[in-house]
Amino acid sequence: MNALDLFGYAIDLLAVLLLALGLKGLSTVRSARSANGLAALAMGLAVLGLLLQIQPDPTAWLWIAVGSAIGGLLGLITARRVPMTAMPETVALFNGCGGMASLLVAVAVALYDSADADLVALISIVISVFVGAITFSGSIAAMGKLQGWLGTPGWTQSSVRHGVNITLAIAALVAGITLPGDPSGVSLWLLVGASSLLGIGVTLPIGGADMPVVISLLNSYSGVAAAAAGFVVGSQLLIVAGAMVGAAGLILTQVMCTGMNRSLVSVLFGGALGGSAPVGGGGDEAGYSRIVSCSSEECAMALENAERVVFVPGYGLAVAQAQHALRELSKLLEANGSEVSYAIHPVAGRMPGHMNVLLAEADVPYEQLLEMDTINPEFPRTDVVIVLGANDVVNPDAKNDAQSPLYGMPVLEVDQARQVFVVKRSLGAGYAGIKNALFELPQTAMVFGDAKAVLQQLCTELRSQGVGKVAA
Amino acid sequence: MTSLSQALWVLLLGSLLGLELIGKVPPTLHTPLMSGANAISGITVLASLSLIANAKDNPALLLLGAVSLGFALFNVIGGFLVTDRMLAMFSRKPSASKAAKTTAEAAR
Repeated sequence: MNALDLFGYAIDLLAVLLLALGLKGLSTVRSARSANGLAALAMGLAVLGLLLQIQPDPTAWLWIAVGSAIGGLLGLITARRVPMTAMPETVALFNGCGGMASLLVAVAVALYDSADADLVALISIVISVFVGAITFSGSIAAMGKLQGWLGTPGWTQSSVRHGVNITLAIAALVAGITLPGDPSGVSLWLLVGASSLLGIGVTLPIGGADMPVVISLLNSYSGVAAAAAGFVVGSQLLIVAGAMVGAAGLILTQVMCTGMNRSLVSVLFGGALGGSAPVGGGGDEAGYSRIVSCSSEECAMALENAERVVFVPGYGLAVAQAQHALRELSKLLEANGSEVSYAIHPVAGRMPGHMNVLLAEADVPYEQLLEMDTINPEFPRTDVVIVLGANDVVNPDAKNDAQSPLYGMPVLEVDQARQVFVVKRSLGAGYAGIKNALFELPQTAMVFGDAKAVLQQLCTELRSQGVGKVAA
Repeated sequence: MTSLSQALWVLLLGSLLGLELIGKVPPTLHTPLMSGANAISGITVLASLSLIANAKDNPALLLLGAVSLGFALFNVIGGFLVTDRMLAMFSRKPSASKAAKTTAEAAR
């Protein structure tokens, strides 16, 4: 061990320390941003330390430069360009690529460099390929579903899917076992193929409301894949960082499941709630008996006289890109003397924190975003609640109807408020595909339309009433 | 065998560390945390780099290494930047709403 090696090891240790501190810091609002920078710094240090230890020759440098330039540039562009509303898909995409990287490393070693591999190395290769492929294909499938490129095919809701997935899992297992004694590469490709299909087969049946959980779980997998790749190339730094992310991702997944009152098992194997309900809602207007709908004028009048207004944003807000219109409306209301806040359900949107990110983009003050436990006691003294594209998270059946599939899920108790307006495109079912008892309550009125259009109409109405003239 | 047992210890302790680090997370931070952790999992760059360095001029290994390096760096750079973009929004202070409120008061 010469001095340079020693220096490299010291850098490795420092990198692990900074990564751990970064991950820790990311869980507190105050420190989150600097913690992210710290983790990025740690990553840079780790790369530097490794380059010092391996000392690539000029050919290697060339390939490193090419690979980094392309990947880095694409990452930079994607991160800059992507709209805030597409954050969940973006995280899924990045995550999938991390899994792909681990998969490629393991495949490369298996194909060209496995002559002196011992049993441990071979097992690591199998795990790395298996988990890496699932992470990649699963993340891309999740991204496709969130983007609306992929639906939820009917067969994935029947028990056929269990048969398909079990077959794929067995195929992957067989391929993994036969891999060490098979120089032809057939086992390897079977393993890659079966694992990739398994990733899709497991993700596809899962309904959109559960998508955050899946992405978080896949994030945990990509950590496991990295740790396995660490065993393949013999890097302890990789193992420790991968294990850290894997474990942290698992905890985060658990936290999210608790927020939805669902178990991980039911998310993964239960299929979409409500079975055949098409993703994105629509259809199924039957079943509602007493719905009151109203125009935006009536809604604006109620808002004008309201002392206290609470907005409940949901995925519909993100789809309609209505966050800026919402902010404008709340500015008008504040100028009119109303107290405005936003009720954030832990799983509103397609990703935990989705709504926070979205509203932050529109400059909504952080203090106005209230979490469920804080806002629920406030609803009885709230004059007007406006539900924007949220559905299942405000369904009172979750408290009252033991027969409901949502029963037990903590919800925003908007039914306690004096008046509720639900802005929605149609009476279509929510993501869980079930009826919402809130819509039939006497204090509820539906305002049909696209969230952004309705919000803009409300602003116009309020302005024509003379609200906010001075402030504007 | 020592290196294996060492590696397993590292795996075990790393996992325990991960479990401990994420205790209580406000829902606000779920997405950024997921995104940040995701960027960290791009640490596979190290594996890609080792692969390239040990390729001994085997073109297939170099190519696979470079491609995987590209994927991993896409994850790392994109992940950290996008996390920073999200977190930058939280750090803005609510001066705007206070200004709106004072104007409202003045108007009344």
